[in-house]
Amino acid sequence: MKTNIIVFGQLTDIIGNDKLVVNNAGDTNSLLEELKKGYPALEDSKFILAVDKKLVTENTLLNTNSTIALMPPFSGG
Amino acid sequence: MNDNKLYERYQRQMILKEFGVEGQRKLLRAKVLVIGAGGLGCSALQYLAGAGVGTIGIVDDDMVSLSNLHRQILYSVKDIGFNKAERATEVLQQLNPEIKIIAYPERLTTQNAFAIMEAYDIIIDGTDNFSSRYMINDACVLLNKTFVFGAVSQWEGQVAVFSPHPLKGGKDGVNYRDLFPQPPKDGEVLNCAEAGVIGVLPGIIGTMMANETIKLITGIGSSLINRMVTYNALTNQVYELGLSARKKTRSLIPKDKSAFLQTDYEWLCAAQPQLKEIDVNIFNSMIAKGEVDVIDVREENELPAVKEFLHLKIPLTQLAENISLIKSDTVVAFCQSGKRSLQAAGILSGIFRETKKVYSLKGGILKWKQNQAKLPV
Repeated sequence: MKTNIIVFGQLTDIIGNDKLVVNNAGDTNSLLEELKKGYPALEDSKFILAVDKKLVTENTLLNTNSTIALMPPFSGG
Repeated sequence: MNDNKLYERYQRQMILKEFGVEGQRKLLRAKVLVIGAGGLGCSALQYLAGAGVGTIGIVDDDMVSLSNLHRQILYSVKDIGFNKAERATEVLQQLNPEIKIIAYPERLTTQNAFAIMEAYDIIIDGTDNFSSRYMINDACVLLNKTFVFGAVSQWEGQVAVFSPHPLKGGKDGVNYRDLFPQPPKDGEVLNCAEAGVIGVLPGIIGTMMANETIKLITGIGSSLINRMVTYNALTNQVYELGLSARKKTRSLIPKDKSAFLQTDYEWLCAAQPQLKEIDVNIFNSMIAKGEVDVIDVREENELPAVKEFLHLKIPLTQLAENISLIKSDTVVAFCQSGKRSLQAAGILSGIFRETKKVYSLKGGILKWKQNQAKLPV
């Protein structure tokens, strides 16, 4: 199973791209674990996780074709 | 103002079938507060004043500088060095002399926030830092105000509306802390000065904020309540996100006005949590008052033993695993000389953030015992 991830703001500096594909992530917790292994700087970053355009506040099962968004807070005005 | 002039000024929006005379009346009666007259504030303000929002408040203690002018479109070179709230008021009053504009050339703080915000229906956040954003969010929740949120970074912007009023279906409105419960520390997320921002971006996002405000006031269209839109000026991509409340959010917001007044928002966002050391006298008065958890962070069996006041024993090495033992909102750590307790206070501040006030006893238990010995019996 492939999960598509879109990345916003300065998280793109960590990932090196605004898109990413992760294989075999069954739920959001294991996805995050996998991402933090690949990109340790995510550990110290604040961001929200959305599954199919909905904010996720607890571990959520992923379906085939789920699209995940990682979005940091912005401070500028 | 006579009706002819009113009609002439606003007729292009009044002839919209959703808007009409009624929409214009609602705008003229509305009171909107814009906090921060920077990039977002300038563009939002221009359209709100143009549209005829009857009362507009502008809060900003900052002065116009040359590096603002590429995006803060209300100002000119001659305004450099002058207060933004006052300059914006003057410019906008020329655009629309029929509305009331009030300048607050001061920084929004916990001390003045309630007094300023109370008089307005809708609060617009055009600030450029997290301590202000979290303070405004919390104040809006406590005051039951609708909060139009916007923020920008480099080429991307976010817009959302947070409304405490129960929506259809009886669910409580979402607030900013449902997205990001705790503020990032200074430097964790770069601001415009550090990361840069393209001038048109706050123009676009600020205009979207004005649009949301106008829709909320007139009750037309579908607003961004419980939704956040992200716009990317480089790619033109728009991403919309449905928001939902988190269970613990309410516990992070001060429970009432007096708790709000005591919240130090600058401190919450300070890069290095300022570890607060207290001397023996303050320590004694805290113990006397009660409502404090005192923790001995020395290893077991270290001397001198302490029997004079109630305390928990959690050695520094086991602190992180045992935080559930700490119940009070105020915590004081002590050790032999004050060094390990300072370290412990750092760990505890990191864990509890704004939920508890954490202190370290300066000079440790040795200093305390020495001081007690000196006291007249």
